[in-house]
Amino acid sequence: MSQIFILADFAGDKCTKTTAELATAAARNASVTAIVLAAPGAGATLAASVKHGPIANVLVVESADFATHGVAAAADAVAQVIAQKSPNALLVASHAYGKEVAGRVAVATDSGIITDAVDVAADLTATQLVFGGSTTVHSKVSNGVPIITVRPNSIEADLSDSTPAVENLSLTISDAAKLATTTSSTPPVKGGRPELTEAQVVVSGGRGTNGDFSAVESFADSLGAAVGASRAATDAGWYPHSHQVGQTGKTVSPQLYVACGISGAIQHRAGMQTSKTIAVINKDPEAPIFDLADFGVVGDLFAVLPQATQGVTAQKS
Amino acid sequence: MKIAVCVKQVPDSWAEKKMVNGVLDREGVDAVLNDLDEYAVEEALRIVEAHGGNEEGGANSVTIVSMGPERATEAIRKALSMGANDAILVSDVALAGSDALATSKVLAEVIKNGGFDLVICGTESTDARMSVVPAMLAQRLGWAQLTFASSVSVDPAANTVSITRTTEAGVDAINAKFPAVVSVVEKINEPRYPSFKGIMAAKKKTIDSRDLATVGVSAESAWSLVADSSPRPPRAAGVKVTDEGNGGNDLVKFLTEKKFI
Ligand SMILES: Cc1cc2nc3c(=O)[nH]c(=O)nc-3n(C[C@H](O)[C@H](O)[C@H](O)COP(=O)(O)OP(=O)(O)OC[C@H]3O[C@@H](n4cnc5c(N)ncnc54)[C@H](O)[C@@H]3O)c2cc1C
Ligand SMILES: Nc1ncnc2c1ncn2[C@@H]1O[C@H](COP(=O)(O)O)[C@@H](O)[C@H]1O
Repeated sequence: MSQIFILADFAGDKCTKTTAELATAAARNASVTAIVLAAPGAGATLAASVKHGPIANVLVVESADFATHGVAAAADAVAQVIAQKSPNALLVASHAYGKEVAGRVAVATDSGIITDAVDVAADLTATQLVFGGSTTVHSKVSNGVPIITVRPNSIEADLSDSTPAVENLSLTISDAAKLATTTSSTPPVKGGRPELTEAQVVVSGGRGTNGDFSAVESFADSLGAAVGASRAATDAGWYPHSHQVGQTGKTVSPQLYVACGISGAIQHRAGMQTSKTIAVINKDPEAPIFDLADFGVVGDLFAVLPQATQGVTAQKS
Repeated sequence: MKIAVCVKQVPDSWAEKKMVNGVLDREGVDAVLNDLDEYAVEEALRIVEAHGGNEEGGANSVTIVSMGPERATEAIRKALSMGANDAILVSDVALAGSDALATSKVLAEVIKNGGFDLVICGTESTDARMSVVPAMLAQRLGWAQLTFASSVSVDPAANTVSITRTTEAGVDAINAKFPAVVSVVEKINEPRYPSFKGIMAAKKKTIDSRDLATVGVSAESAWSLVADSSPRPPRAAGVKVTDEGNGGNDLVKFLTEKKFI
């Protein structure tokens, strides 16, 4: 049986749902091994949190270099794992870190890379949505070990419990991967809401909130949604940068995206256009965001959202 | 200090794009300088300006490096009119449809032999949207990688560069010795508009055009192949209601029908 390796994805020391999504895609025609990169002594804890999805094996590599030398050290380790174990493919989460690691591994192993796949078939044909979601592309890596980065929340994850066999691998990170040094790291502040890229529902606010996100947040909470923001809102300091949706923020593709007081600039669309269902609240009937809307309300978000929040809450109780 | 800035010419973000024979059809659309690369040019200029400027014959220079068709000279002229000193364009029919691996290979070869201390890139080209070329360049060159910078500072005396890396994974402080590859996010600065004087001066600046043989790399067979591409059905026109006191309830009704509640 063929072997596909995935790079396990973590938020802090918690394995993300994206890991199960990668495993689900990989398991279509292969036995799945998750690579866990950990600080010295932390491997067992991280490995133990890899417990959802069709994962047969976990390969733990511990090194202090992952924290100190970031992407380069991670890529160096993954490339060494590939050289030793010769998997048939490598799947990685498509975010800044994942894509950079994948890119360096592609160079190091002289392998083709496909980024931002929304699906990966059993024969490793990747599906991508390009040009703002207007075009579907199917492609395949033709050289080396196929390396594919997969967009979070695109593949329905098999979240069944698994008890993978854990193997520890000791490696020496090469000096060429230690040229840049991380001297401090501040993780993003985590609120109680779901993670933006993993959420089924995202409610976003823009300049139209005029700095007051309470109506957006209450509506999001009624739906158990994550909260996003346009760049106008993050630039103004109304919402943290880590919540920005768009070309230079996060790409989200939830089941439902609700844009409130957002005009729909092309850079914002780039991050939300592939959402399955889109609802819009905007007081300007000409706002370009209405072009994307499955359901649009022309109106003031401060009137529409509280009423909607009440409606949702009433239905749930 | 010698800085190379990698810029790409891309189709205008608003242009309707389509695939022809598995690659982006670049002929039929307006092409512009990748807007995220303007921040890279601006940052390079600010770095040299903070350390004595980049006058002709001085110790500092900013060189634009690009790979693309001949007409990418238009985008390069824009970078030159902002104040960069000169440019290298690698153009070769064999490079049409190159992927990130081929692009990084060509760029690395050009940069390796240019005596640069720093390479500055944008974080993403708006057409390919891969965000991998800077990391690949660092890997190929064997240089330090300091990417997704929301601030950069250099110390030419100590030959060091420090950045603040800002991504969804948080904020990191990273430093390294020259030579290094840096990529910048759009929050880092506000790119200048080329002045009239800058535009006139750019017309006289040198764009060194090279083919693959001059660069010294051979065209590679592609590392990945497009099997097919098809336009997706456009979004079905949605429903639009005007709030006359019931807009919130209308929304709830829609969400209920769609089983979100
Ligand atoms: C290099 C670059 C990268 C960028 N990256 C991103 C990115 O990643 N993400 C991003 O979002 N943007 C990005 N932008 C910015 C983008 O171009 C827009 O400026 C931004 O998206 C606008 O945000 P907005 O829609 O909230 O504000 P505006 O365009 O000002 O729109 C506000 C909307 O709110 C409506 N409104 C006002 N009051 C109310 C009310 N009470 N009720 C209902 N509606 C109301 C208005 O009718 C208007 O349509 C980028 C720009 C550049 C140059
Ligand atoms: N053809 C190219 N020529 C010069 N620089 C490029 C080219 N392609 C990508 N780059 C650089 O790499 C960055 C990231 O591009 P990408 O990985 O394609 O998203 C861009 O912002 C540019 O700085």
